[in-house]
Amino acid sequence: MSAKRPEPVQVVKQRRDAALAALVESVPYTKFLGISFDRRGDELTGVLHFRDGLIGNPWLPALHGGATAAFLEVTAAISLCWSHLWADIESGAIDPENLNADDMPRMPKTIDITVDYLRSGLPRDAYARARINRQGRRYASVHVEAWQDNRARLFAQATGHFLMPPQASVSVPDADRPNLFAKLEEASKSQGGSGTDD
Amino acid sequence: MDKEQFFKTYIGAIAHCSDMNMRFIDVGEGWAEMGLPYDTRFVGDPKTGVIHGGALSALMDSCCGAAVLNHPAGHGGTATIGLRIDHLRAATPGQEITVRATCYHATRSVAFVRATAHDDDTETPVATAAGTFTIEAKT
Repeated sequence: MSAKRPEPVQVVKQRRDAALAALVESVPYTKFLGISFDRRGDELTGVLHFRDGLIGNPWLPALHGGATAAFLEVTAAISLCWSHLWADIESGAIDPENLNADDMPRMPKTIDITVDYLRSGLPRDAYARARINRQGRRYASVHVEAWQDNRARLFAQATGHFLMPPQASVSVPDADRPNLFAKLEEASKSQGGSGTDD
Repeated sequence: MDKEQFFKTYIGAIAHCSDMNMRFIDVGEGWAEMGLPYDTRFVGDPKTGVIHGGALSALMDSCCGAAVLNHPAGHGGTATIGLRIDHLRAATPGQEITVRATCYHATRSVAFVRATAHDDDTETPVATAAGTFTIEAKT
């Protein structure tokens, strides 16, 4: 009757934080923009640390729309990758002790992203959180919101579609789908093979 | 303002553009062409060296904005309302990305812009964009 004791909190935190750090640091562009991630359990919040190089309108001044778009896209992609990795981190299949950039899984590829600018970004830190609306084996749909001082006052939001990296380790068989060709064949047979001339 | 002066003013004033080493290729009435030389700081996938989609968004947004400023209806100020980007394929690592943006319609308050991004392969674009921008009222 030796029920498995939960791991000590430091061990759990250390493992998760090491995996997150390895994931974020593997992408040079996140460093260029100055993005870090806060983690509470599996929930991530992207933080865009303000610097003058992010300014797009010097007269207001305001953040560059492209920097805002990039921040949203980075947060969406990292969050997606993180949720993809979570099970492996928890099971210990990913060993953060020996984790380096080369071991990281491929990042999801952006198919399209639509950014909605709600108000100008102020010259200070910005935060973003992503909600994965759908994550399939190949495609994912993610909504991401960004704010500065007040969580309820978004300054930008975006919805994007992503192509998931191929997963070599897990091979989930394709879901049962109707074989359209078999159906067509059946249909032509039932019509007495009259369709063979086309 | 002549072209060269516009290029200098635009890139010089917008810190994020100069920070990324964006450059102007040419501008005309309601259109602009800009380039982003390949830079390892922008890499999104370290295994392939392909630049991050976000870097492309920054270039697209800048170039669309420049097209609006060069439209007869533009009066020296604009901001992005909405921007959609389709990533058709990965940009080839090591190659400069060039964008041509066209402001194809403008009302008194809104400018409509389309843009296409290429690398050395001029056949298939790397990405396309469609955006709406504010136009400041004439004073």
